[in-house]
Amino acid sequence: MDQIAFLEPRPAVLSRRREIVADLLDLLPEGCLVHEPRELVPFETDAFVSYRRLPLAVALPETTQQVAAVLKYCHRYGVPVVPRGAGTSLAGGAIPQEDAVVIGLSKMSRILEVDFANRTATVQAGVTNLAISDAVSADGYFYAPDPSSQLACTIGGNIGMNSGGAHCLKYGVTTNNLLGVKLVLIDGTIVDLGGKALDAGGLDLLAVVCGSEGQLGIVTEATVRLIARPEGARPVLFGFDTSEEAGACVADVIGAGIIPVAIEFMDKPAIEICEAFAQAGYPMDVEALLIVEVEGSEAEMDAMLASIIEIAGRHGVKVVKECQSATEAALIWKGRKSAFGATGRIADYICMDGTVPLGQLPHVLRGTAEIVAKYGLRVANVFHAGDGNMHPLILFNANDPEDAARAEAAGNEILKLCVDAGGCLTGEHGVGIEKRDLMRHQYSEVDLAQQMAVRAAFDPQWLLNPSKVFPLEGRPAA
Amino acid sequence: MQTNFTAEQLADPHVATSEKILRKCVHCGFCTATCPTYVTLGNELDSPRGRIYLIKDMLENGRPADAEVVTHIDRCLSCLACTTTCPSGVDYMHLVDHARMHIEETYRRPFWNRLTRNILAATLPYPSRFRIALRAAALGRPFAGLFKRFKAFEPFGAMLDLAPKTLPKASASSKPGTYDAAGERHGRVAILSGCAQPVLKPGINEATIRLLNRLGVEVVAPAGEVCCGSLVHHMGREAQALEAARRNVDVWLEEVEKGGLDAIIITASGCGTTIKDYGFMLRLDPVYAGKAARVSALAKDVTEYLATLDLPQQEGKGLTVAYHSACSMQHGQKITMAPKTLLKKAGFTVRDPAEGHLCCGSAGTYNILQPEISAKLKARKVKNIEATKPDLIATGNIGCITQIATGTAVPILHTVELLDWAYGGEKPVAISNLSTKMPA
Repeated sequence: MDQIAFLEPRPAVLSRRREIVADLLDLLPEGCLVHEPRELVPFETDAFVSYRRLPLAVALPETTQQVAAVLKYCHRYGVPVVPRGAGTSLAGGAIPQEDAVVIGLSKMSRILEVDFANRTATVQAGVTNLAISDAVSADGYFYAPDPSSQLACTIGGNIGMNSGGAHCLKYGVTTNNLLGVKLVLIDGTIVDLGGKALDAGGLDLLAVVCGSEGQLGIVTEATVRLIARPEGARPVLFGFDTSEEAGACVADVIGAGIIPVAIEFMDKPAIEICEAFAQAGYPMDVEALLIVEVEGSEAEMDAMLASIIEIAGRHGVKVVKECQSATEAALIWKGRKSAFGATGRIADYICMDGTVPLGQLPHVLRGTAEIVAKYGLRVANVFHAGDGNMHPLILFNANDPEDAARAEAAGNEILKLCVDAGGCLTGEHGVGIEKRDLMRHQYSEVDLAQQMAVRAAFDPQWLLNPSKVFPLEGRPAA
Repeated sequence: MQTNFTAEQLADPHVATSEKILRKCVHCGFCTATCPTYVTLGNELDSPRGRIYLIKDMLENGRPADAEVVTHIDRCLSCLACTTTCPSGVDYMHLVDHARMHIEETYRRPFWNRLTRNILAATLPYPSRFRIALRAAALGRPFAGLFKRFKAFEPFGAMLDLAPKTLPKASASSKPGTYDAAGERHGRVAILSGCAQPVLKPGINEATIRLLNRLGVEVVAPAGEVCCGSLVHHMGREAQALEAARRNVDVWLEEVEKGGLDAIIITASGCGTTIKDYGFMLRLDPVYAGKAARVSALAKDVTEYLATLDLPQQEGKGLTVAYHSACSMQHGQKITMAPKTLLKKAGFTVRDPAEGHLCCGSAGTYNILQPEISAKLKARKVKNIEATKPDLIATGNIGCITQIATGTAVPILHTVELLDWAYGGEKPVAISNLSTKMPA
């Protein structure tokens, strides 16, 4: 795949490569700078593996001060910087470029403080999403946003992309659960935004930073909200004969004012892929499946389930399967959360991330199937139906360049379909490079200019993750 | 993931296998999270995904291994936590095996590293040599600190630290022979005598034989058996590993011909993972491929076999056991429930330590060759185990027993030693001081 361009590397930076490496070696402790050409190769991409660019060097700082020192240096010499958490971005958010220093936060993986009185946890940016919940689960708490990659993805990356997850239907996405960050600006200044309270004084800069894809600064610490675990939680499987019926059922459930914790959708190809990996006992004789999780007391769960079953009945639900044990529940979620990776068992894929109004789900599902069929490709749909966040996985053969180009073209059409249906390009994965050139399909020039003005206020030289998010042409001169 | 191999490269069956493995990886990064070296070092080069990428780059370009690649592959424990985690089904084990072969064939290691590896390969797989080496180590112990002051000699310091102060007497059970079932015979199995284990802990196989005999199973320790080959296999010394595998295949199949075998019982899960892989390892050998596959199908961990015998529930012992699942048990052989179910049935309270998926740092010769990372993993493992406040620790692999024992005062035993006690055997000496609710 080569349709998405990167910025031309700055010759002034490339020609100083050796000096830059030598200087960075001075700024960092031993073992914290990767610079041997062969060792840089594994950092050339993230989970959007179709695109690859070798970085100039990879810094793996251990402290906020070291992050600041590297940024200050890069700012002074005009060296682009690409932040990296666990490199799980599906939109290419962490793919470097030839003249860039990657700043990886993987060595900053300590939980700094758990404060149950304020229901907060303060962690370094390289802590994985799941590690936060693991650290507090014995005390009955969890951190709510749960991207499917939560086992591996870092909180720093979650903040960069304003990540969501299956359980965000009820609890909100990252921005709704983030209370404060320590942010290092491009000139090395360290600032604290927010705190432990739900609201901080002044402009809500925290909300600006969350979802800024590493273009405003590098988050090195985060304070997040902890939530008390409910008394009980139960995933229930609803099987349908068609995807459209399942989609319509979701819209009616939400429309009736019922907000379960999660409503996840899988079509037949996705069910087969996930079952092969997790053996979760998904019904195999249906065309579409909803995983609906309810939580609360037994009575609450029963009441909510009864309403949902009644609505599903109106949409011809074929199978309703209640999970019988905690083990079974865990397997159901394991299968769902491994869906993308498990797809690798049968094909290469690119994963779309469009979000649409719920009423449009059946229309967009149908349209997606038509687009993919037009290109002669296959698709597996597995997504957060409750908030209309669609993830068609377009299957292709990465060793066939024409097939790869077709997959990319189909993906672009699907995303445009989502925008045209009143939705948006990205629900939770971010724009990265993947959707960058589609931004004009969603935003007017005025919208884009204003967004870029905010960005430039933080980073006037456009050094931070510069090839991402905003179309390369029409940018303000640095 | 996209791969770039020429048809000529793919004509090499090893490359062809690796290419298939690489094509399954979607670079999702899940594996990094459960990799012990990544969580310890925080560098993707020391994670499965990083190593897969390094190997891919090396193989695609048909390059000899270089110092950087070797550093990161050497740091891999082969614990296979990544394969348990991987949703895409990437067969990392066979990929890294291939990389190790490639390193061994194309890279000349620095002198001291070469010497250390040669010593290990020439000693550990041979019980008599290993016994002599351990005796010598007892004399060398005072010099451990001295060795550790020089990077190149660190492995020698680690070896001295690991060597037990006293050695048990050579056991009769490591000698070939047949051990008859008590009463009516319900089954017949072979037992792998092993190489390092009978020298360090002969009691493990003794307990296994006693227990199986009492349960009506005839146990044969065949003559002519050698080390399973795991140790040299993990060093990339494939010819030596395959020679060991062929030898054992012959020995066991001869035993099958003689009197039939229900299983080949293995009491060290590290060996079990390798023997279950004989079929793959010898797949390119037209004479042995089929025979090796038969042997692999017969190979069973002792707990896997015992789980089929439907042992009765025993009275509670009032003892809490922290069960440490060896990586070769849970990731290599995917045996997760059987040992715990057996221990519970035997009357023990079983606890799962946190981060149970992480390696203890033993990993064959890893604790000798990578002492720094190994020590960090040991400390982390012991902390998690001790947090469960156990009376004792049970596990199914000699490597873990040796490693963990050097980090904690809590007694550690092989699962089968506890099962032997619970089902009519003597109380293990290592826990003779622990009081139980059971009559002695």
